[in-house]
Amino acid sequence: MLRFVAARACCPRAEPENEITAVSLTTDDVRKVARLARLGLNDGAVAEYATQLSSILDVVDHLGRADTDHVAPMFHPLDLTARLREDVARATVDREAFQAIAPDTAEGLYRVPKVIE
Amino acid sequence: MNWEAVIGLEVHIQLATRSKIFSSAPTAYGAAPNTQANEVDVAMPGVLPVINGEVIRMATLFGLAIDADIAPRSVFARKHYFYPDLPKGYQISQYELPIVAGGHLDITVGAGDTKRIGITRAHLEEDAGKSLHDAFDRATGIDLNRAGTPLIECVSEPEIATAGQAAAYARKLHSLVTYLGICDGNMAEGSFRIDANVSVRPAGSSAFGTRTETKNVNSFRFLEKAIEFEIERQIDVLEAGGEIVQETRLFDPDSGETRSMRSKEEAHDYRYFPDPDLLPVAIDAAFIESARADLPELPGAKAERFEAEYGVSTADAAALTASRAWADYFEATVAAAGADKAGLGKPASNWIGTELAGVLNRDGRAIGQAPVSPEQLGGLIKRVNDNTISGKIAKQVFDALVAGEGESADAIIEARGLKQITDTGAIESFVDEAIADNPEQVRQYLDGKTKVVGFLVGQVMKASKGKANPKEVNQMLVEKLNAMA
Amino acid sequence: MIHERSIADLIAARAAGELSAEAVVDAYLARIDRHGDTLNALITRTPEAARARAAEIDGALAGALAGLPIIHKDIFCTQGVKTSCGSRMLDNFVAPYDATVVERLTTAGAVTLAKANMDEFAMGSSNENSFYGAVKNPWNTDYVPGGSSGGSAAAVAAGLAPAATGTDTGGSIRQPAALSGVTGIKPTYGRVSRYGMIAFASSLDQGGCFARSAEDCAHVLAAMAGFDGRDSTSVEADVPDYAGQLTGDITGLTIGLPREYFAEGLEAGSREAVMAAIDEMKALGANVVEIDMPHTDLAVSTYYVIAPAEASSNLARFDGVRYGYRCADPVDLDDLYNRSRAEGFGPEVQRRIMIGAYVLSAGYYDAYYLKAQKTRRLIAGDFHAAFDQVDLIAAPVTQAPAFPIGEKADDPVAMYLNDVYTLPASLAGVPGMSVPAGFVDGLPVGLQLIAPWFEEGRLLNAGHAYQQATSWHTRRPPGFE
Repeated sequence: MLRFVAARACCPRAEPENEITAVSLTTDDVRKVARLARLGLNDGAVAEYATQLSSILDVVDHLGRADTDHVAPMFHPLDLTARLREDVARATVDREAFQAIAPDTAEGLYRVPKVIE
Repeated sequence: MNWEAVIGLEVHIQLATRSKIFSSAPTAYGAAPNTQANEVDVAMPGVLPVINGEVIRMATLFGLAIDADIAPRSVFARKHYFYPDLPKGYQISQYELPIVAGGHLDITVGAGDTKRIGITRAHLEEDAGKSLHDAFDRATGIDLNRAGTPLIECVSEPEIATAGQAAAYARKLHSLVTYLGICDGNMAEGSFRIDANVSVRPAGSSAFGTRTETKNVNSFRFLEKAIEFEIERQIDVLEAGGEIVQETRLFDPDSGETRSMRSKEEAHDYRYFPDPDLLPVAIDAAFIESARADLPELPGAKAERFEAEYGVSTADAAALTASRAWADYFEATVAAAGADKAGLGKPASNWIGTELAGVLNRDGRAIGQAPVSPEQLGGLIKRVNDNTISGKIAKQVFDALVAGEGESADAIIEARGLKQITDTGAIESFVDEAIADNPEQVRQYLDGKTKVVGFLVGQVMKASKGKANPKEVNQMLVEKLNAMA
Repeated sequence: MIHERSIADLIAARAAGELSAEAVVDAYLARIDRHGDTLNALITRTPEAARARAAEIDGALAGALAGLPIIHKDIFCTQGVKTSCGSRMLDNFVAPYDATVVERLTTAGAVTLAKANMDEFAMGSSNENSFYGAVKNPWNTDYVPGGSSGGSAAAVAAGLAPAATGTDTGGSIRQPAALSGVTGIKPTYGRVSRYGMIAFASSLDQGGCFARSAEDCAHVLAAMAGFDGRDSTSVEADVPDYAGQLTGDITGLTIGLPREYFAEGLEAGSREAVMAAIDEMKALGANVVEIDMPHTDLAVSTYYVIAPAEASSNLARFDGVRYGYRCADPVDLDDLYNRSRAEGFGPEVQRRIMIGAYVLSAGYYDAYYLKAQKTRRLIAGDFHAAFDQVDLIAAPVTQAPAFPIGEKADDPVAMYLNDVYTLPASLAGVPGMSVPAGFVDGLPVGLQLIAPWFEEGRLLNAGHAYQQATSWHTRRPPGFE
């Protein structure tokens, strides 16, 4: 499991918040993310992924060493702003074509196993 | 122990755009399933969202109307969860930088006092599709027509104390967005959906209790009922030594109760992050000013004008302006009745507030579906005002208009010969007849019981089939009786 | 021979009535018949449609690329043709619409011959992660062609088409171009529309192309590029006449060599080839200076947070509900999701989805995702600083030439570290290109050129100048001449 150093406790300025100090994913961690991502994994796969994902996080861990105190996040390679579209509706939906490639449809609806609320 | 409730409302306001928020598919309600979901709404591989500028303009209008800050830079973020009516596996919403923050609405509480309810934020997001659980025996059907319809989610501060205040806030918000023309306000079709966050705490306490969220309450009356029920329920649980579970609840209009939606609700981890397919939305001062110029007259200003221009009471002005549709109906009615706004306002307000409202209530119709048009009602008021008919006859004419028995008040008056009798000779013969036929009442009058004149007026009206001018009848009767004394 | 002619030559010959589109298309279809299976470079072939289209073009249609055969990476949606993205998840997916890139090239007169094999959802650097099997390097069929656009690169290297489209998220055009010995260009982020290009990491993905020379690339890129109202990240900037601006003159051009790209880890033969190429450019009149790009060592960790995070989100739509793979007999909705996704995605895709979900999840967002967006700015800052000093950056594309198929298959991390020279340009969004620059033990080596934002023309001209003076790009793999 990841451990974060609460920077405020000891040395408030020297380290960035939430520095990653050690990385290792447990099988429980893998089950949790697999659940978030809706990937149904068997125990063998979970164990194998735990090792592999841990070694990937070891690479990623390198990030923690960079000083980014005064750096703004760059969410996008071009610092542009949105272009707005005109509010024009185009009725060009070909339901037949869309549903010809669907796994299960009836009466124009996509079908999934019954959801009980 | 005394308890107090803490209520916050989250309202999803569907924006009345022609196309969707991120695709050019139409937004019209009620189309055949999946015929208004294009490749972007169905989340085909490789498709991309493009922001509808009208949505940004509408959100700006809304922000201005609630006196909020319009963010110079707002960001769309992805909110992840799996559900079959959420085609992308995430909803495009706003998270850290919403377009509108920090506004307020003033509601009327008790006898004319106002209370200011803060609005934390209002953000833009796309609607999901619809899951039809009853469409098939063993399957849920998914209709994505609604997917991508633009919504404003308006989140109030937890500053609402009673179910009544919550309903007042919701009504006020509803009125505002329909005024602004950004929402059609149709609650039955889901254009205005209310979720209520309710918690209770010992009176005077400053800490918040655990809250529940009651979802999708689709009328103001149900909102009030749902909150009342939820407050009672929570107090009962706490007083019995129990604990409130933080959960989502559904209101059942049939039982008037709320019930837990899922027994084992999974903790959500939405993994919000800025949508890399969309760039930040920049709103500059020029954009805001141009939106401001588009702002229509809002309810408060309109009510003040109605009082001044039409001479209606403060209460009537507030009632008439609560919805733009009613206010527009009122103004059109007066315009059709004549040029004297100050003189015609009050009768128009009375007709609309009692007779018309009564009919609409009875039939469960909205003002937009009124069986009598403002032109018809104005034409009727015009004829009362110029003494062509009496108030009593007018009611008959109104009923005929409601029943669709004539094109206009004039046509009905003409066809039924309802014109008031103003010929003094004709009235005099009715009056003489009444005096002759009712010696007992005449004697009572002469003995000083002058109130009995009302009875005699009634007799005359009856004899004239309501067409005599009651004022004239009264005057003539009094004159003649006094002469007998 | 038709397959040896340049794109400009083919177009001119057809315009002059000396060569028909049908003849060109037939010649390439014959090569596909002969070599296609050997390399496993193609997932779907469309010979009938190609011949019909060629006939149509011969009948009437003009256009900048009239009659030019092309192969599309199977990440671009093609209406009525299977678009698999190299995945079992989309093995049954026939796109109901064309990607903008496909639409533009078709409008320009290009004729689609086939859809190219690729790493599943463009995740990989070797083309071993395809549901349709590994693609082989035409220079040595025991070796990988690079990835993720390995099918496109191998197809052009083997002369199955004069040009192919590709996409580059962290090197997926430049790296296979280098390993397969062809020219490949990744334009500036925002230059080529992403509409209809199945998303891997939205803030990094960029479409581009492969061909045998910079000049050929110039023709294809000009037809692909340009503003598209359907892509919010597409940039409203004019597309220059790239081919028309190829002067072949680089006198006075200042080329920067980032020290960090020549440090430990660069295999000796590759270093020698790249340095020789740089000497050649110096001889052509360029000034060469050493520069520092101090945040280069953050690129791998930054990329392997951002790309998986965006991928985990982009791939959430593949849920077995509206299209694509659905598991057999799901018992309930969860089962439908869990099995469709576990069975439909291969292991590398699953790893990245999980890493992505993890770095975005509650409690980790700031430490990973937000942090990576900050280090991304530091990396982009290196490019801003560099381009204050130099006109172009030259560097290796990979640490070493192609490796044998299977060699790194069990070690995803080793594969990731291999991308170190291509990731920074992707993170910064600048255009990059790989041009053939020699061989090590019979395997090609590429020279990477990187230009400032929207300076694809400069890039292509430098590559063209180099190719006018050298002949590496004219070499053909033995057996595919």
